Amino acid sequence: MSVRGLAGILVFVAALLVPALGSRFYTFLANDVIIWALFATSLNLLVGYTGLVSFGHAAYFGVGAYVTGILMKKLAVPFLLAWPAAGVVGAACALVFGFFCVRLTRIYFAMLTLAFAQIVWAICFKWNELTGGEQGMPEIPYPDFGWLERFGASVPLLGGWRTAEYFYFLCVGLVGASLWALHRIVTSPFGRMLTTIRENAERAEFIGVNVRRYELAAFVLAGTFAGLAGGLFGIFNRGVFPDFAYWTKSSEVLIMTLLGGMGTFYGPSVGALVLILLNQQIVSYTEYWPLVLGTVLVVLLFGFPGGIAGAVGALSGRLFRRVRRA
Amino acid sequence: MPDASFVFAQSLSGLTAAMFLFLIASGLSLIFGVLRVLNFAHGTFYMLGAYLAYQAMLWLGPGPGRFWLAALGAALGIALLGGVVERVLFRHLYGKEELYQLLFTYALGLILSDAAKIFWGTQQKSVSRPPELSGSFSLFGATIPQYNLFIIVLGPSIALAFWFVLQHTRAGRFIRAAALDRETLGALGVNVDALYTWVFMLASFLGGLGGALISPMRATTPGMDTEVIVEAFVVVVIGGLGSLWGTFLGAVVYGQVLSFGILFFPRFSIFAVFALMAAVLIIRPWGFLGRPLR
Repeated sequence: MSVRGLAGILVFVAALLVPALGSRFYTFLANDVIIWALFATSLNLLVGYTGLVSFGHAAYFGVGAYVTGILMKKLAVPFLLAWPAAGVVGAACALVFGFFCVRLTRIYFAMLTLAFAQIVWAICFKWNELTGGEQGMPEIPYPDFGWLERFGASVPLLGGWRTAEYFYFLCVGLVGASLWALHRIVTSPFGRMLTTIRENAERAEFIGVNVRRYELAAFVLAGTFAGLAGGLFGIFNRGVFPDFAYWTKSSEVLIMTLLGGMGTFYGPSVGALVLILLNQQIVSYTEYWPLVLGTVLVVLLFGFPGGIAGAVGALSGRLFRRVRRA
Repeated sequence: MPDASFVFAQSLSGLTAAMFLFLIASGLSLIFGVLRVLNFAHGTFYMLGAYLAYQAMLWLGPGPGRFWLAALGAALGIALLGGVVERVLFRHLYGKEELYQLLFTYALGLILSDAAKIFWGTQQKSVSRPPELSGSFSLFGATIPQYNLFIIVLGPSIALAFWFVLQHTRAGRFIRAAALDRETLGALGVNVDALYTWVFMLASFLGGLGGALISPMRATTPGMDTEVIVEAFVVVVIGGLGSLWGTFLGAVVYGQVLSFGILFFPRFSIFAVFALMAAVLIIRPWGFLGRPLR
C-alpha cells in the first residue's frame, strides 16, 4: 500500500475517533468539515482536473439537499433510498445543464453555470408547496438508528452514542466511500484524459477525444457527488433552505477548493477544514468574517496560487532536497 | 386583463429599474470590454455609492440642491476609489485565468462591503428625495413620481453621451482601440496603463452614481451589492458583454420582464429572468448586440 493510501486510512480512522473526545461541538465541526470536503472535492473534479470554472456548483448541492429532505420529511422514505436519490437527481440536473454548459468556454461557461444555479435557487425560493419557499424546510429527520442502538447495546463501542454521533459515523463512512470513488475516478484513464483536456483541449481533440463528451461526463460526476454532499448536509443542518443553491454558496465552495489547492486530490478537503475552523475561530472574536475571508483570499491569490497543498508541497520538496544533500 | 393605465404604469416602473441597472451594468460591461475582467466588486461600488451619498447628505446639512451635490460627490468618491483599486490591485490581474479574476474581484467585494458595515452598521439608511422632484403627475391615468421620470430621461442621456464619447472623441477612439488590441495601442505610443485607470474610474463613477441615485427610492442596506451584481450580470449577458447599446437593451428587457413577470406570474418572475439569461447564453452566447470573443 502506498504512503498516500495509508495516510488516507489514518485520516479516516482519526475522523472516526472524533466523537470519542466527548465534545458535541467537535463532532459538529467535524461533521460540517467532512460534508464540505466532499462538496469541494466534487467541484475540484471540474475546476482542478478538467479546467472548467463552474460558478454554479451550489445548484447540485441544493438539489441534493432538497431531494433527500423532501423524501425523508414529507414522504418518510428511509435514508437508504433518500440519500442515493440525491445523487441521482443531482446527476440528472447536471446532465441537462451540463449539456448546454460544455458547449461554451471560459467566461461564458462560468456565466451559464451561474444562470442555471440561479434558476434552481429561484425555484427553491418560490415553489412554496414543494420546497417551503423562502422559509425553507426545517426539521429534516435523522435516519433511523433505532436498530443500531438495539443491536449496539450488546456490542462494546457500538452502543450508547447520541443520534447526532451515529449520524456523524454514517457521514464519515459515506463521505469516505465517496472520496475513495472520486479518487478512483481521477486516477483512472478517464481521469487522466480529463487532465489532458485541461492542459490542452485542442490537442486532445486532435488525438480523437470527444472533448465535450468527456467534459459532460465530468460535469455529471461532479453534480452527482455534490448532490450526495447536499443530501447529507440537509440532515446535518436540520433543515434545507433556498440559499443552499444561491450563488454565494458556489463562491464559498470555490474558495475552499482554491484555498486548499486545486492541484491535488486532498487539497479541497484541507481547504474545507481550514476555512471552517478559521470561520469558527474568527466569528468568536468579530462579526467581520467576510473582511477576514476577503483578505485571506487576496493574500492567497497573490502569494500562494497553489493553495495550502501547493505551499506545503513546495516546502516539503525543499526540505526533502536539503535532507538529501546533508 | 388589467387596464391600460396600469400596464403603462407597470412598464414605466420597469423602465425606471432598467435605467438604474443600465448605469451599473454599463460600467461592468465597459470594464469587461476593455480590461477583460469581470468585476464582481462592481456591485459593491454601487452600494458604497449609496452609502457615500447618505453620508454626504448628513455632512452638507439642509440647503438647496444638496442631494445633487451629494450624489455627484459620492460618484466622484467612488471613481477615486476605483482609480486606487485599479492602480494597486487590478493591475496584477490582467491576462490571468478567469478563476483568479473572479475570485479576486469577489474577495475585493467582500472586503469593501464589510468595510461599509464597519462604517455604517447594519441599519437601513434612507435619503429623502430631492425637493425639486418630490412631486408626481399623472399620465394616461397613471400616477408617476417626478423622480422616476428624471431617471427614465437620465438613462438614455447617459447612454447617448457615452456613445458620443466612444465614437467621436480621441479618448473614445483609444478606449475602443484598447478593447481590440492593447499591445498595438501601446506600441503606437499611447499610455495604456493610464488609459486603463481612466476607464476603470469612469466605470466606477457610473456604478457609484447608480447607487447614489437609487438611495432616495430604496433603502441602503448591507447585501444590496450581492443582489445587484447578479442582476447586472444578467443584463450584460443578455445584451452582450462589452457592448454599450447591448447593455442598454439588456437593461430595458430585464426591467420589462421583471415588472410584467410580477404582474402575470408573480411567483416565477425571478425564474423568468434567469431563464432568459440561460436561453441567451445557449442560443447566442455573445448576447443580443455583442460580438463573439476572439
